Amino acid sequence: MNEPILTQEEIREINAELEHYPDKAAVAIEALKIVQKYRGWVSDDCLVAVAGLLDMQPSQLEAVATFYNLIYRRPVGKTVIHYCNSVTCWMMGSDRIGESLCRRLNVGLGEMSAGGEYTVLPIVCLGACDHAPAAMVGDRLMLDMTENAVNEIFER
Amino acid sequence: MENVTKPLTKNINPDRVFTTLADYECSGGYQGLRKAVKELQPKDVQQWVKDSGLKGRGGAGFGTGLKWSMVPGIDTPQTRYMIANADEMEPGTFKDRMLMEQDPHQLIEGLIIASYAIQANIAYIFLRGEYHLARQRLENALQEARAKSYWGEHILDSEFSLDIILHTGAGRYICGEETALINALEGKRATPRAKPPYPLVSGLWGKPTVVNNVETLCNVPHILNYGVDWYLGLGHGADKGTKLFGASGRVKRPGLWELPMGTPIREIIEEHAGGIKDGYKLRGFLPGGASTDFLLPEHLDVAMDYEAITKAGSRLGTGTLIVLDDKTCPVQMVLNLEQFFAQESCGWCTPCRDGLPWTVSLLKDIIAGKGRLEDLDTLAGLTRMLGPGNTFCALAPGAVEPLQSALKYFREDFERYIVKEAA
Amino acid sequence: MARIDIDGRIHEVRNGDNLLSACLSLGLDLPYFCWHPALGSAGACRQCAVIQYKDAEDKRGKLVMACLTPVADGLRVSLDAEHAQKFRADNIELLMTNHPHDCPVCEEGGECHLQDMTVMSGHTFRRYRGLKRTHNNQDLGPFINHEMNRCIACYRCVRFYDDYAGGKDLQVLGMHNNVYFGRFEDGALANEFSGNLVEVCPTGVFTDKTFSAHYVRKWDLQSAPSICVHCGLGCNIAPGERYGTLRRIINRYNSEINGYFLCDRGRFGYGFVNSPERIRNPRLKGYPDITAETAESHFRNLLKSPKPAIGIASPRASLEANFALRRLVGEENFFLGLDDTEHTLLNAIAELMLDGGIRSPSLREAEQADAVLILGEDVTHSAPRLALSLRQAARHASFELAGTLHVQPWQDAAVRNVDKLASTPVFIAAICATRLDDIATDTYHGSSEDIARLGFAVAHGLEPSAPEPSGLSDSVQTLAASIADSLKQAKRPLIVSGTVCASLAVIQAAYNVAKALPSANKQLTFTVPECNSLGLAMIGGRPLSQAFDRIGKGLTDSVVVLQNDLYRRAPSRTVDLFLQLTDHVVVIDSLENKTAEHAELLLPASTFAESEGTLINNEGRAQRYFPVYPQAEPVRAAWQWLTSVIEDCQWQHHDQLTDACAGAFPCLADIVQAGPGANYTVEGSKIPRQAHRYSGRTAMRPEVSEPRQPQDNETPFAFSMEGDTEQAPPALLPVVWAPGWNSNQAINKFQQEIGASLRGGDVGVRLIEASGSLPWFGDIPAEFAPSPGRWRTALLPHIFGSEELSLHSPPLLERLPPFCVLLNPLDAEALGVEAGDLAEIDSLTGVAAMKVPVQIEPTLPLGLLAATAGLPGLQAIENGAEVGLKKVNPGAPL
Ligand SMILES: Cc1cc2nc3c(=O)[nH]c(=O)nc-3n(C[C@H](O)[C@H](O)[C@H](O)COP(=O)(O)O)c2cc1C
Ligand code: SF4
Ligand code: FES
Repeated sequence: MNEPILTQEEIREINAELEHYPDKAAVAIEALKIVQKYRGWVSDDCLVAVAGLLDMQPSQLEAVATFYNLIYRRPVGKTVIHYCNSVTCWMMGSDRIGESLCRRLNVGLGEMSAGGEYTVLPIVCLGACDHAPAAMVGDRLMLDMTENAVNEIFER
Repeated sequence: MENVTKPLTKNINPDRVFTTLADYECSGGYQGLRKAVKELQPKDVQQWVKDSGLKGRGGAGFGTGLKWSMVPGIDTPQTRYMIANADEMEPGTFKDRMLMEQDPHQLIEGLIIASYAIQANIAYIFLRGEYHLARQRLENALQEARAKSYWGEHILDSEFSLDIILHTGAGRYICGEETALINALEGKRATPRAKPPYPLVSGLWGKPTVVNNVETLCNVPHILNYGVDWYLGLGHGADKGTKLFGASGRVKRPGLWELPMGTPIREIIEEHAGGIKDGYKLRGFLPGGASTDFLLPEHLDVAMDYEAITKAGSRLGTGTLIVLDDKTCPVQMVLNLEQFFAQESCGWCTPCRDGLPWTVSLLKDIIAGKGRLEDLDTLAGLTRMLGPGNTFCALAPGAVEPLQSALKYFREDFERYIVKEAA
Repeated sequence: MARIDIDGRIHEVRNGDNLLSACLSLGLDLPYFCWHPALGSAGACRQCAVIQYKDAEDKRGKLVMACLTPVADGLRVSLDAEHAQKFRADNIELLMTNHPHDCPVCEEGGECHLQDMTVMSGHTFRRYRGLKRTHNNQDLGPFINHEMNRCIACYRCVRFYDDYAGGKDLQVLGMHNNVYFGRFEDGALANEFSGNLVEVCPTGVFTDKTFSAHYVRKWDLQSAPSICVHCGLGCNIAPGERYGTLRRIINRYNSEINGYFLCDRGRFGYGFVNSPERIRNPRLKGYPDITAETAESHFRNLLKSPKPAIGIASPRASLEANFALRRLVGEENFFLGLDDTEHTLLNAIAELMLDGGIRSPSLREAEQADAVLILGEDVTHSAPRLALSLRQAARHASFELAGTLHVQPWQDAAVRNVDKLASTPVFIAAICATRLDDIATDTYHGSSEDIARLGFAVAHGLEPSAPEPSGLSDSVQTLAASIADSLKQAKRPLIVSGTVCASLAVIQAAYNVAKALPSANKQLTFTVPECNSLGLAMIGGRPLSQAFDRIGKGLTDSVVVLQNDLYRRAPSRTVDLFLQLTDHVVVIDSLENKTAEHAELLLPASTFAESEGTLINNEGRAQRYFPVYPQAEPVRAAWQWLTSVIEDCQWQHHDQLTDACAGAFPCLADIVQAGPGANYTVEGSKIPRQAHRYSGRTAMRPEVSEPRQPQDNETPFAFSMEGDTEQAPPALLPVVWAPGWNSNQAINKFQQEIGASLRGGDVGVRLIEASGSLPWFGDIPAEFAPSPGRWRTALLPHIFGSEELSLHSPPLLERLPPFCVLLNPLDAEALGVEAGDLAEIDSLTGVAAMKVPVQIEPTLPLGLLAATAGLPGLQAIENGAEVGLKKVNPGAPL
């Protein structure tokens, strides 16, 4: 037998979701999010394993996975930094925030910083336009971003 | 009749300390629900909301009570679903997040009453994946509310039972479109569905389904609690109740304020938002989020209600203003908007999928000095091409609103890029 | 009917239809992409835009999509309104922004729906100057090319492949203008109907890889109406030829049978026609190079032997060829050439169809069933196109439920959204899991006896006077009751059975069930293995084993084998002996095979592509196929070889032979109506097989010349581009083409109404209508009890691997099922074998023990050993034999 790709934990959480839905495929997005919660991203192997668990073909699950931007099909850093590039934040200087994030980490958008700590990605409006520019470091919303605030992220 | 004038935010302190269940109950929380399930028939609740004139706050402005009354056969036992649309992702819009983070019980109570009104036994809150704080607070509040029998089996010892599921999304603006949202909930790609059949008839898993915006639902407890007459007294003009209005961009105090429907734009920008930042001038604004037409300083005295804004040539949308100052290039601003919409197009229908990227490529050409005058006609043609009725859902028509009005109001800015290069 | 106003003219259209389909039915030109008559409306492409007006006062109207607009009395629309025309032109301009404009090198060029619609919509000038998005392509296996850059995202491929055909491995990936129609990773498309992507795709994303390998433009192909020879359903095909090789097969619309779709065996199995294994010359033992004339006279001499020659007929030869053989050798000496079980089964099926009093449905009718019981078949493998129809029948309840919500059947996604709320009863009893299990309400797996017993139990449950099996287990009884209950309530129940179980009891049980059904619209259909299996049974003849006896007893010394490899019909040792004992063996066939090797005289026969004939499909429908291109001398049609040696033969022409055959058998009397005879002309000339743009006729040969075209005296077709197709009966059209419509979508112009019969009628004539009645069958087998240490073989057909002719098609060989036998997990455990281990099978007639890898099949009943029927290397395994089995220890010599 091959090593099981998914952990017991992941399988248990996915199975728990099944109760809320009338059919297995309906859990597709949730299941991908569970895997991603533990691993940061969804590898091909994991995708195939999740598809197996949900009685789906890998292609069927890939159809869902590639639609949603919060499902990562490529490795990302331990912490993903999303900076908002929608209209108000753009107006208030989000381009500079994005650039300084990348410069600070010496990466391009979507790349992993050395040591696999961070990935910087743009994101659509975070609903914090009154405190533009906004960003999200992991799960934490950062308001009124400045280049100083960018430095502080990494100094802590 | 109590003297409540800001029902939606009455529990929300200026320093934004998050409301607890106790706070919420102290100020009349869950009284509306109690009244509904104890004293009123579902049809009565529908009628109250109809009489209140409440219109959907999700952008389209459809009468909420009317929508509920169109759900077929609520007196027969059948699975029905109620969904709170908490996918707020329209650029420039930041109202639902505040409501959910600061007073989550208000949404929960509204959702339960709405479910009762359409006799749904399962309700979902479809929350966008990025709203982590809102998720935590809603999870908490849901537990608290369940413990007090506000939802679950036999709510407050009535016949009515309801299960609530908090569902978080995985991104994509189109999930806010109600039929796309339903597909997302079903674990599918979030492409919209053809209408008819409307979700009211065949929605989530083929069952009758109502989708309402967070802010819409937040109005409902108060209508029940304080009564229709009180609610009718809140609005300034044709539209009833209050609305969360916001302003972002280069204003002195960007923010969100609960104000009567029909508050003039000038009051919002000049008083509440403190006017334009020093050193900048007002060039124009999008009155209700990214998918509304630009208006100009000359429209400052227009009232923020559905009709008046429509007459002025735009839409109330989400009621959150995005201010364009004189040092921001409207062409670049429109490029930013169209890039957003092109990226968020679901890819189903031709005009949107292939038309929006073309607008982006033309705008980029123009800004890069590679534009031609006839490109402006092409852009104008595209805005007509992607107009209402021409595409499968309302994303594309919304997407071209800022572009079409920018071409009208800021044409010289476009031409300057082109002509400068030619010269 | 509804009266609607289109551009000021009043038309009568079918109420509830969508406006696009109604317009096309009226013969109007309205461009579209995402709509497809079989797939319904999607509303995605926005190409079918028209203007709808509220009333006569309304001058502005609003833009609507015709495909999403239901027609109803009083509807007022305009296709011509300037705004609508402009929208359609602009829309296609958008579609084309990313299109590579690679028409010169595109296989779709010249028959491209996108080209047609672009011209029709009036987009002629490209304004977009941005970059085009590009995609990588995938290797989708031996059948289909993938060129995603040509994609216009109409979503038809996935709507066909996933939604319609039940495929799962082709999906839409990505989003916005980066949607990608492909697989998770490279690999052959798994669905058995993947080839239809070639025709469903309106542009050149999915093209026929086998055609690309020897590609020519559509108009350079020579074509004639034909019938698929790879199973018993008789799907209509349009083969295309150039330079003497068959280049491709495409679907030929027949509303009663295949509609718009073929299976992959039918589409890609044609390679045998061009195979190096083709017999191109007559051969006389010791004289390899003889002329046709010498061969013919030798043939005649052989027949002069004092003992009468016997003839062995063929279920893959035409009625006419078989009939000619029968005349040549005489009824007494005419043997059907089937294995003995199949002989019995086909006779039984023919009798049940002719005298059983139950309607045998066309595929279209099968598709309309509202409850289905499949008894003993894995239909996807035994009669593939039927599986596609049953998959649609399984949607019946969804359509009904959707109807109550006022959703029309063509609102495809809306109907599918209620799928989970409605279930059409579909019960499948088979030897093990089948490819249709995903649509089944319930499945049952058992040996043929147990399947038959279940069937008898269902019949008894429906009608107490039907014989009852004794000793049924509770679970089978419960299942039988629930099946009976569902079938009883159905308005159009359908029972499907056939020859796969090799069991007469299964067939009789199926009949009992059908007989017991109360519905007046009940239907019973049997799958049969080959393209003329039923026709052969209707002619009738002796079983093959009696032919072996005759030789054994020395009653005869010569045999004429017509298009039949006897080694596929009986154990090798038996056939070896038979052929050894026969002094003179004449074989008429088109491909080398083991029987042909033994021939004293081998006569090269043309294939379906170079000859004419009548075939009878499993429904009892006679259909005619016509030569696509002339046979190359000395190859002749089998019927020609045979009639050339019949003494005083009256039949100079095929039509005469058909007439005689019709006259000889009352049940075949109507075959003459299967198609017009050779004298049929349109305004005095024959129907051309070549398009009027057919090019290079003078330059096709090494010497630049234009010799006289070969003459066709046997059919209404000419090997020529001269002539008029416009007034030909549409069912005889070699290719569909209409002005402005170069793609296969031109079929719209030939239908009475979209999705209905062709104007002038579909091909074929039903020979059998329900009549008579037969008594209950009561010969109920006992439950299957495996004997310890022994296994019963069960041969399971496979779409790629079981059919004789398509096994000569190289692309199909890449899709053969694994070389293995299947065992129940408990049996495997008892034997100590794991998946992949070798097992040794003994007690096979005439073969030393055989070593084959084992695979585990959890749904296979205990005591059965399953293998793919006809798979090269496994052909020695007989169906229903008892064999011993043991594990081969690793390292033991093979
Ligand atoms: C592209 C698109 C995005 C939308 N996004 C949202 C959204 O984020 N939140 C929301 O409440 N409504 C959104 N809507 C509107 C919903 O489709 C729906 O009309 C609304 O949720 C109904 O609620 P209401 O009647 O309470 O306004 C969107 C519509 C479109 C076309
Ligand atoms: S307008 Fe069309 S492509 Fe755009 S989001 Fe709506 S359905 Fe999708
Ligand atoms: S055919 Fe009508 S929208 Fe595609």
